[in-house]
Amino acid sequence: MAHTKVGVVGAGIIGVSVAHALAQTDHDVVLVDISDDILERARRELKNSIRSLRLLQGAAAGDPAELLPRVHLTTDLGLLAGVDFVVENIPERWSLKKPLYERLDAICPPPVVFAANTSAIPITRIASATRRAPRVIGMHFMNPVPMKPLVEVIRGHHTSDETLEAARALLARMKKQCIVVADSPGFVSNRVLMLTINEAVFLVHERVCPAADIDQLFKSCFGHKMGPLETADLIGLDTILLSLEVLQESFSDSKYRPCPLLRQMVDAGLHGKKTGAGFYSYP
Amino acid sequence: MDERKTTIRAYLTRFFPGCELRDGDDLFALGFVTSMFAIQLVTFVESAFAIEIENEDLELDNFRSVAAIARLVERKVGGRR
Repeated sequence: MAHTKVGVVGAGIIGVSVAHALAQTDHDVVLVDISDDILERARRELKNSIRSLRLLQGAAAGDPAELLPRVHLTTDLGLLAGVDFVVENIPERWSLKKPLYERLDAICPPPVVFAANTSAIPITRIASATRRAPRVIGMHFMNPVPMKPLVEVIRGHHTSDETLEAARALLARMKKQCIVVADSPGFVSNRVLMLTINEAVFLVHERVCPAADIDQLFKSCFGHKMGPLETADLIGLDTILLSLEVLQESFSDSKYRPCPLLRQMVDAGLHGKKTGAGFYSYP
Repeated sequence: MDERKTTIRAYLTRFFPGCELRDGDDLFALGFVTSMFAIQLVTFVESAFAIEIENEDLELDNFRSVAAIARLVERKVGGRR
C-alpha cells in the first residue's frame, strides 16, 4: 500500500520526529496538536529535523522541499477521519489520554489501528478507553525516529494478530524492525531507562559526580552513544518525571520515586534541549 | 572573517570540551556526529550570523571545520550584499 495516510497526534519532540520518519518514507501525514503556537514550533522543528538529516545523510535523507509538504499540520482532530493509521504521542497523563482516545474512537472508522507511542502507560489501559481494543497497540519510537532502526512494539491484552501485522507492515514501510514485548508499565526500554536516568540524577543531586562525568563513564566504558543525562535532556525532563510518576503509581513501588532535583528542574522550566537548558545548555 | 571564526570556535568548544579546535580540524572525524549536533550547528550558524541556510547548503563539507563554516557564512553574507 503506497501513500498510506497516517495521523500523528501530539506534535511535541517525538511526534514531530515520527512525522518526519513517515514523510521520509512516502507517507502522507496529518500532524495534530491543540494550538497554533505548538504547531508553529512543530513546523520549525520538523524543518530543522529534515535539514539536519539531509546534512548528515545527503540525498538518501530525501529532498527537504518534497518532504515538508507531505506533513499537514492542523488543530482539527476531525481530519483524522481520513487516515489509515494513527500514532498518538501526547503527554504521559491518563487524564489527557483517556478523553483523546474516546474522541479518536468516535472520529476514525472502525478498521483504523491506534498505536500509542506512550512510554509508560499500559496499552491495555489505553485500549479500555475505546471500543476497538483489538486494534490498539503500542509502538514505542525512539528519538530521533528517522535514525533509529528499531521500534519496541507492545501487545496489549486484547491486541489482535491482524493489528500486530498492520503495525509490522507500517514499520516495514518505514524501513524499521521491531521487537514485540508484552504489556507492562514502562515495557522493557523505559522501565530500565527511567530508573537509570533517575539514579544518575540522584548522583548529581548528592554531589557524587557532575553530569558530564556520569555521561562520560557510560560512553567510554559501556560504549553508549549518549550518557543517561544527555538522553534525559533529549527526551525532556518533564517527560522523564511523568514517566517515573506513571511507573511509581502503576507498580506501587517506591523504587521509581523521582529524585527531588528532577522535580525542581522541571518546576524551574529546565526541561532539557527543548527549553534550551537541562543538565547541559543548548543555545 | 577572524571574528566569525572566533564566534564559531567559541560555540563549538562546548561540544568538544578540552579540545583545542584548529581552523581546519574535521569536526565529523572527531566523533561527535549526532542529529542533535547537526540541528544545533545549523540553527546556531543561522542565528549567530543572521543568515538562512538553504537546502543546497546542507552539505557536510560546508560544516566540516571552523574554516569551512566561516567560508559558508562569508559566501552567504556576501551574496546578501
